Order: sequence, then structure tokens, then C-alpha cells
Amino acid sequence: MNRKMPATGMGLLLLGGMMMGGCVQVQAPDKPIVIDLNINIKQEVVYRLDSKAQQLIEQQTEIF
Amino acid sequence: MTGKRIMVAGIVAAGAAAILSVASLGAVERDPAYQAARTSGQIGEQIDGYLGFVGAPSASVKALVEDLNIKRKAAYTAQARANGATVEQFAFTTACRLIAQTAPGEKYQAPDGSWQTRGAAAPIRDSRCP
Repeated sequence: MNRKMPATGMGLLLLGGMMMGGCVQVQAPDKPIVIDLNINIKQEVVYRLDSKAQQLIEQQTEIF
Repeated sequence: MTGKRIMVAGIVAAGAAAILSVASLGAVERDPAYQAARTSGQIGEQIDGYLGFVGAPSASVKALVEDLNIKRKAAYTAQARANGATVEQFAFTTACRLIAQTAPGEKYQAPDGSWQTRGAAAPIRDSRCP
């Protein structure tokens, strides 16, 4: 009946686990966290822009 | 008369060679330091259209890449505006081409984010690439 009880129970379990586990080491990675792999683009957009992208590469070769 | 024909043929051939060599050069060549970093595999083509570091870069390579990426972003922004797309969309589309055009031995990023070394075969690209 009381919906809060399972959450409280989980909270107690976690707290207990943390207390028993000791210290947690958090190490930042050497490399910068760069990339978002979930680039939101539809294939039809890629196809539409494709020839323009190639033109750009050919026009500004020094940066590509 | 035969000599004159040979001369004309020679001039035409030389002209054709000159045109072909200029066409393959493009507007401006890559900076030698940039080319060296690509060839040695220190930097590679990311799937988002920018250059990335494979491992920890030297200060000069880091500066080089940051400069090039700023310029790429400016180019993508201008093209995106002109073509009714977002910068990210134009950059991604360009990356499809750039990865396809990596030379064997150069590094590129696979769709799962890992660095790959380009071989003779086609690179692994996002399924949305043409």
C-alpha cells in the first residue's frame, strides 16, 4: 500500500553496500571525453548534402 | 614535317600533363606537419567530421589539430547555412567522404568510436553514409 517502502528498502541496501565496500576510486581518463556517437541525422539528409561536402573538400584541401 | 608533328605532339602532351598535375594538387596542399601527423597515425578522421588524437598528442600536434578543427567548423557552418542543414549534419556528411578518402595507414574512427587503421579495403563507415 505504501509505495515509498520499496525505495526506502533499496536505499538502505545501497547505503549498507557502500559502507561495506570502503572507498571508491574515481579516475578521470587521460584523453579528453570527446565524442557523441549518437549523431542525429537522417540518411536522406546525408545524401542531399553529399555532393556539396565533396565540393568543400576539393575547394579547401588544406584543412581536410 | 614529321619533326613538326612530333613537336606539336610533345607540346600537347606536356600541356596535358601540366593540366592534370594542377588538377590533382587542388587549391593548396596540406601543411607538411599536418600530413606527417596523419601519415604517422597520431591523428585521425572522426565520424563527426573533425580531426581527433589517437593517444596523447604533442603540444604542436594538439595546436595544429585545434586550428584545423576551428577552420573546419567555420567551413561546415557556412555550408550548412547555404544548404539548409545543421552544422552537425554537414559535418557528418563530410566525415563520410573524409573517412572514405583516408589513405592506407591513416587512422579513422569506426561507427563504434574505436580508432581503425585504414587498409587497402574500404573503411568501416556509418550505414547512413552514401
